[in-house]
Amino acid sequence: MFESLADRLGATLSSLTGKSRLTEENIQGTLREVRLALLEADVALSVAKDFVEQVSIRAVGQEVSSSLSPGQVFVKIVNEELVRIMGEAEGLNLNTQPPAIILLAGLQGAGKTTSAAKLAYWLKKREKKSVMVVSADVYRPAAIDQLRTLAAEAEVTFCESSPDQKPLDIVRSAVDQAKKQFADVLIVDTAGRLHVDEAMMAEIKQLHDVLSPAETLFVVDSMTGQDAANTAQSFNEVLPLTGVILTKTDGDARGGAALSVRSITGKPIKFMAVGETIDALDAFYPDRIAGRILGMGDVLSLIEEAEQKIDKKKAEKLARKIKKGKKFDLEDFRDQIQQMNNMGGITGMLDKLPGMGKAAQAAQDKMSDNMFGQMEAIINSMTPGERHYPDSINGSRKKRIAGGSGTQIQDINRLLKQHKQMQKMMKKLTKKGGMANMMRGMGGMMQSPGGGMPRG
Amino acid sequence: MTSNVADEAEDSKPGLFSRMRSGLSKTRSRFVDGIGRAFLGEKEIDDDLLEQIEATLLTSDVGVEATREVITNLTQKIARRALNDSRALFDSLKSELVGLLAASESPLVIDSSKKPFVIVMVGVNGAGKTTSIGKLANLLKQQGKTVMLAAGDTFRAAAVEQLSVWGDRLDLPVISQGNGADSASVIFDAMAAARSRDIDVLIADTAGRLQNKKNLMDELSKINRVLARQDPDAPHAVLLALDAGTGQNAISQAREFQSAVNVTGLILTKLDGTAKGGVIFAIARQLRLPIHFVGVGEKLDDMRAFSAQQFVDALFDDDEFSDVQN
Repeated sequence: MFESLADRLGATLSSLTGKSRLTEENIQGTLREVRLALLEADVALSVAKDFVEQVSIRAVGQEVSSSLSPGQVFVKIVNEELVRIMGEAEGLNLNTQPPAIILLAGLQGAGKTTSAAKLAYWLKKREKKSVMVVSADVYRPAAIDQLRTLAAEAEVTFCESSPDQKPLDIVRSAVDQAKKQFADVLIVDTAGRLHVDEAMMAEIKQLHDVLSPAETLFVVDSMTGQDAANTAQSFNEVLPLTGVILTKTDGDARGGAALSVRSITGKPIKFMAVGETIDALDAFYPDRIAGRILGMGDVLSLIEEAEQKIDKKKAEKLARKIKKGKKFDLEDFRDQIQQMNNMGGITGMLDKLPGMGKAAQAAQDKMSDNMFGQMEAIINSMTPGERHYPDSINGSRKKRIAGGSGTQIQDINRLLKQHKQMQKMMKKLTKKGGMANMMRGMGGMMQSPGGGMPRG
Repeated sequence: MTSNVADEAEDSKPGLFSRMRSGLSKTRSRFVDGIGRAFLGEKEIDDDLLEQIEATLLTSDVGVEATREVITNLTQKIARRALNDSRALFDSLKSELVGLLAASESPLVIDSSKKPFVIVMVGVNGAGKTTSIGKLANLLKQQGKTVMLAAGDTFRAAAVEQLSVWGDRLDLPVISQGNGADSASVIFDAMAAARSRDIDVLIADTAGRLQNKKNLMDELSKINRVLARQDPDAPHAVLLALDAGTGQNAISQAREFQSAVNVTGLILTKLDGTAKGGVIFAIARQLRLPIHFVGVGEKLDDMRAFSAQQFVDALFDDDEFSDVQN
């Protein structure tokens, strides 16, 4: 989501390269561009101003005398400032007598209910906690039903509640239930509310007083504009927030709200929601995001994601196979395609590779992720024999495969060519660090100039 | 044979103006404060004043480009000495802003020769689609139209139930096939049902989706395609629900949804908070999309026809201002 900001800063910073030194004059233009880029990315005006001021103060001064090039110096300063504002990576602090209570609060439509379920799943899966969820949203129609369904999907305990009950009664009985069932964590979903609605803000304050939660998380939509500053401020004044969940980050919003909320509340962003599935919740690593804004890529998250999502057994099987000197056939190629799909497709991965911010944009324009679907369909339309011996695929076989997969002959040719490239890469694989090499290989395949990737 | 949904809704209800004013009075907005100070504190026009106007426009999500344009126009007028004092500047600013939105001030028109008149509601997750459907259905029902709802959000947990609750409250039929069903087929069937029951208006809900998800946007186009089989003009209206709190991404939302499903109009939701929805200036200018309604609360009748004058007035509305404005 941050690639647009990365692009913008990238352009302004490259205009600085070649300058012999940073002076107040020659950074003025760049600073103004940085400020505009931040504003266009929906960073709150006051936050953008402060940021630019800090960068300016630091840029014109002792920093100039360093041995780096002015461009590098400037990037370093901007990066350091971003990292400083985004703060340290922080996890949940659930060290309390169980059940540790997590209270979610936010505006309507921010994504609280979905986040409640994702968080429950995350705690269950990663932290091996027994989790109970409860909805105190008696206002929005079917809000409780929604959480019930999601809780079932996440396979966590759902504490029943009803729109006839008072939110206060709901949470009191939920705490009792959680104690009785020895739940480690109780996640309390609440109704969306406007920070200017005094009655509703009083209500959540009351819920907070009764629950004394270990974590009070403010859920905020990453597409939010300037108002993120107002709402974060108001919620922070009423509730002692302990952190933030940033939602809908899989969109193409530039996500300036993250910077605003963090800088105004001073509270760490603990999670970001990255998709519609129950497992689409990532820990938020501020330093990585800062790096991503500058186009340094997010290699660390990519590797972590690869570890999580790549089917280890299949990967090991493939590694063994290749070590034995067996060739990489189309069946293996199909496995690779499926693995990549699991990781959010090409754009999802490109997004995280260094210097690929623009490439991700270009990729998105030119090819869609469902081309993986097409490639898979082509391979599925082959006989097992053809998959093992791709060389046997002659003209008439191609015609049949194209018909069977609903594609063109050119698509088949392209796929076979890509497979050849992959095969070559596989041969280069060394014994150690197979997976890392494979990842690099995939990146290489995507980058290859005119690399015969089908145009979407 | 057309009727204007908005006009009839305006009677006997607190207007947008007063609703937004009551919202504003709870937390004095930075916009109003800023402009208020700007106009009352100083009578002479100087760079500080312009800078302050720029800042207040930016904090209302008007966006860098649209703000720059407004300021440039003001600067030119000042240079021509067309504006003598802050009062004249203020009037000029307001008319400039109203001018940007005037073309988008266009009511939702229900063509009663189309039966059923099919409205498809689209938008990103959490924009307020289902709530807007409830409010719109209420409005149409009050005008004596028969309305049916189609539960086309078959993806999100309990979305069908949410729409059904609105159906129960309004005593309207809701066509659904439960979660996981094909959205296009639900809406297609609902249209057939509406036709056989002689229903005036069918409003179809769809799942929220982020505009950069190509496959999900394709799914929306499919809804349009299959509906056209029953009536080449269907859907007769595609309304995009847009959260007023959204920043510049709203432009991308409007653009992408428009290109995928030919959006015919906007509903600006959640305008009862402190968010100003200033991004609609850019949307109005770039995409020339009509803005039909604004959502100003959680109750059934908390929807108003969009009025450019009222929208801009509400931005500037403040007691301190009345002296300057009148």
